[in-house]
Amino acid sequence: MDYLKHDLTSLHQGLVNKDFSAEELVAQTYDVIAERDEKIDAFLALNKDQALAQAKELDQVGIAADQVLAGIPVGIKDNIVTRDLTTTAASKILENFNPIYNATVMDKLAAAKMITVGKLNMDEFAMGGSTETSAFKLTKNAWDQTKVPGGSSGGSAAAVASGQVIAALGSDTGGSIRQPAAYNGIVGMKPTYGRVSRYGLIAFASSLDQIGPLTRTVKDNALMLNAISGADQHDFTSSRRPVPDFTAGIDAGVKGMRIAVPKEYMGDGIAPEVKDAIKQAIKTYEELGAIVEEVSLPYSKYGVAVYYIIASSEASSNLQRFDGIRYGFRAQDVKNLEDVYVRSRSEGFGDEVKRRIMLGTFSLSAGTYDKFFKKAAQVRTLICRDFDRVFADYDLILAPTAPTVAYGIGEEIDDPVTMYMNDILTIPVNLAGLPGMSLPAGFANGLPIGMQLIAPQFAEQTIYQAGYAFEQATDFHKQVPTIGGQN
Amino acid sequence: MAISSQEVAHVASLAKLAFAPEELAKFTGQMDAIIKMVEQLQEVDTTGVPVTTHVTDARNIMREDVAVPGTDRDLMMRNVPQQQDGLIKVPAIIDESEEG
Amino acid sequence: MNFETTVGIEVHIELQTNSKAYSPTPVVYGAEANTNTNVIDWGYPGVLPEVNKGALEYAMRAALALNCEIERDIHFDRKNYFYPDNPKAYQITQRETPIAHDGWLEFELEDGTKKKVRIHEIHVEEDAGKNSHNPDGYSYVDLNRQGTPLIEIVAEPDLTSADEAYAYLTRLRQIIQFTGVSDVKMEQGSMRADVNVSVRPIGSDQYGTRTEMKNLNSFEHVRKGIEYEVKRQQGILLQGGVIEQETRRYDEPTGKTYLMRSKEEANDYRYFPEPDLPPIHIDDEWVAEVTASIPEMPDKRRERYVKEWGIPEYDAGVLTQTKEMSDFYEATVAAGADAKLAANWLMGEVNAYLNKNQVELSATALTPEHLATMIKLIVDETISSKIAKKVFKEIITNDTEPQAWVEAKGMVQLSDPAVLQPIIDEVLDNNEQSIEDFKNGKDRAVGFLVGNIMKQTRGKANPKVVNKLLMASLKQR
Repeated sequence: MDYLKHDLTSLHQGLVNKDFSAEELVAQTYDVIAERDEKIDAFLALNKDQALAQAKELDQVGIAADQVLAGIPVGIKDNIVTRDLTTTAASKILENFNPIYNATVMDKLAAAKMITVGKLNMDEFAMGGSTETSAFKLTKNAWDQTKVPGGSSGGSAAAVASGQVIAALGSDTGGSIRQPAAYNGIVGMKPTYGRVSRYGLIAFASSLDQIGPLTRTVKDNALMLNAISGADQHDFTSSRRPVPDFTAGIDAGVKGMRIAVPKEYMGDGIAPEVKDAIKQAIKTYEELGAIVEEVSLPYSKYGVAVYYIIASSEASSNLQRFDGIRYGFRAQDVKNLEDVYVRSRSEGFGDEVKRRIMLGTFSLSAGTYDKFFKKAAQVRTLICRDFDRVFADYDLILAPTAPTVAYGIGEEIDDPVTMYMNDILTIPVNLAGLPGMSLPAGFANGLPIGMQLIAPQFAEQTIYQAGYAFEQATDFHKQVPTIGGQN
Repeated sequence: MAISSQEVAHVASLAKLAFAPEELAKFTGQMDAIIKMVEQLQEVDTTGVPVTTHVTDARNIMREDVAVPGTDRDLMMRNVPQQQDGLIKVPAIIDESEEG
Repeated sequence: MNFETTVGIEVHIELQTNSKAYSPTPVVYGAEANTNTNVIDWGYPGVLPEVNKGALEYAMRAALALNCEIERDIHFDRKNYFYPDNPKAYQITQRETPIAHDGWLEFELEDGTKKKVRIHEIHVEEDAGKNSHNPDGYSYVDLNRQGTPLIEIVAEPDLTSADEAYAYLTRLRQIIQFTGVSDVKMEQGSMRADVNVSVRPIGSDQYGTRTEMKNLNSFEHVRKGIEYEVKRQQGILLQGGVIEQETRRYDEPTGKTYLMRSKEEANDYRYFPEPDLPPIHIDDEWVAEVTASIPEMPDKRRERYVKEWGIPEYDAGVLTQTKEMSDFYEATVAAGADAKLAANWLMGEVNAYLNKNQVELSATALTPEHLATMIKLIVDETISSKIAKKVFKEIITNDTEPQAWVEAKGMVQLSDPAVLQPIIDEVLDNNEQSIEDFKNGKDRAVGFLVGNIMKQTRGKANPKVVNKLLMASLKQR
């Protein structure tokens, strides 16, 4: 099975027509993983016995025509809790952690009869933009194995882009779905905050985190979002709003659609080849009948500062539960309780996680709270208002996803501030709780360029509609990487 | 410097993290750069601007007061590093301060 | 130099909801360790809090009973600290928007004077699990209690003595008990007090430096702890010393307080708004609903007992001291007992029994129905007051239906003249001398005759009826 030649619909047809069984599909998936993941290193854990058993069972029951995802293998970012399947968030502190419950999205995928093939590498606790902060392995970009896959959902993006799975779930706190999607030339959606339940997502920053799908096509992405969206009694921040069929009207086109391009997102820090690709995309949209105009989001330049304070503050609190007492890593030869805490945490967390915990603890501590946390939460309001103003007149915002294409492994890992600035284009979307999607919009030096579409809260449909129109008019998504001489 | 190594050490103690001296120096340098970066927020006039801590308009989401039995204790104990008789075992507490 | 004392009290009360504050596991006292817990209580990776509407309503109920204003727009905050009984390493509490504020509580001191203490605020939070420290060098954690809803009632520092603090707590417990939101049992930890004490020279316009005693678990400890602290602080000041702001531990065996933690070591809790729970708006309708759900408070009951049932003011006060006693009393009256007699029995024999045996009413076999039946048996003269004492002993120790028991035991009083007259006649026939004595004005003779009649009936004769019949018979002789 070569996923690079399929989409969800064609796989579903194959299963329904019995061209191949679910068991065959799963078995072939593991064959592909065995071959390609040697080069990519996307998977942290495989679920082979369980997955084959589920597929076999499903083959016996049969797959109905309306079960569009049934029997199709899916990869899961390793910060999503999977019952009886090791979940580490790519951290030593959770090495060998064997969850006793399922994230809500896992129950939803199980209800759709999707088959989890394994857990995907990521930056430790989703903190990072290159998957280099993983405690366990370095994942490589599907297009060039000397380049980072982006992050933090680097494993999810690289696995999909390299054709090891047709779809994967990631999580996005400041760009962690969209940026690796851009770096790997695939489609990645960060839904509206509250659209998808966070229950069972190991929290990084609770007011920013969202789970979302990574796929190779826009329609596949919409199908995946259909499966995982909706109110959850276990997540009080999940939206009670009804969930539409995200594929409905996906082919309605963009004629008359009003698209805004913020000038701040096309400034000096953006690489020329990225700007060129976006300018080309603007032309494409205009040719398709959309009205594209320049706007301003004046407070967006503060996004990175606001984000690092708020996300780190929430993270410092969320990660306190990793204390070596009830689960996870406990340091050896501890003398007393303080030892259990300090040594388990100091030995269990990596440097980037420690940096965020330190910044967050500092931002919340007595005497600095007003200057840091509170100030950031106020500027966050101004960033939200920026978007409100634009969306009063426009349906969508169009921007690059990342300032550059994927960079080399090891290039930025020791320079936190430079690394943080890479997220400047994706962060404001999380701060305002908006949906944002990255999709392929070009190539530079053989590496993909991503374009980001941003909509008002709960208007994912608009994004899919515009994304689909762009995809139909271009062929970037049809290009596939060559992995270690294969393909 | 926006932050001294003593301050970094204090923050580390709050966060239950410890750094060796050379690590502390490296972290202090990086923390300093990060803090300088985020300090650009001080130039924004936020007089009268409310904070945003919840980004959607969801309000009054509550659960009715109905009890659901606890999870099987053996299952709860699955990942506990040290345990005895259904209790979680931890080395003694030296500081006797307890919160309430 | 003369000093005045300032006392501030923060009281934690566990709410008796069905389920926990932020998770649906049951709130049960005394269950086997770690059997009422789930992944939320354990702070498992990925879990989220689920706020209990019932806990907010109980908090509002307590707040309204304490004359507080309800805060209409509330959210939750995290209080961060590491401890093995605190699995998330933060407690979900309300720092910025306590659910209620600006209330007051009035109470009576022993000399009858009244005192009003202002309530600064009431907020909702969650209890921690339990740590048992063992001599083996380890602690053992039971998370059953983790997440039990608490309210913290923060009083203004309006109290000026240990006795006032004691009276405040007694009154607070009474009020909370009547709201029905907690059993407020200090010994089981469902009511705990943190006490701040400071002293200052009389006339000083600034409070002295205060010390805090945390988690005191009896009113007596509060009283003794404050008394000790006042003396200790005065002693230091008189010697020209300085009071340090610190947390001190009250030591029960010695009655002294010891330094636990100085201000420099004080925690930095890094409070910030809880992102996992959306804000809550409390509208008028909801407040009205909760107001309507508040049971009758003790002062109202007391007033009603005096007005409607003619119970003396003091007795009515005693009967409304605890909700248990008051509810029992009302149930007894509802079951048909005379209100005054029921009051006398509860204040007399019942209280004496409880004090003697050091038990609570609920721990005895007595039911309002049985007590009422017994009282009815007394009123209709089926049993004598002497027999009644035997009946009472039976029904408070065994779950016995008194009417059937009295009949089975042949304890029914003889009141029928047709039965009694022949016995009287016989006694008179056998005691000619006593009749003679009576006619000569020796009243003592009557007592002798009654005694004989009671002996003949083995104590069952109704003394009133006997007296009446005897006098009539004597006159005829």
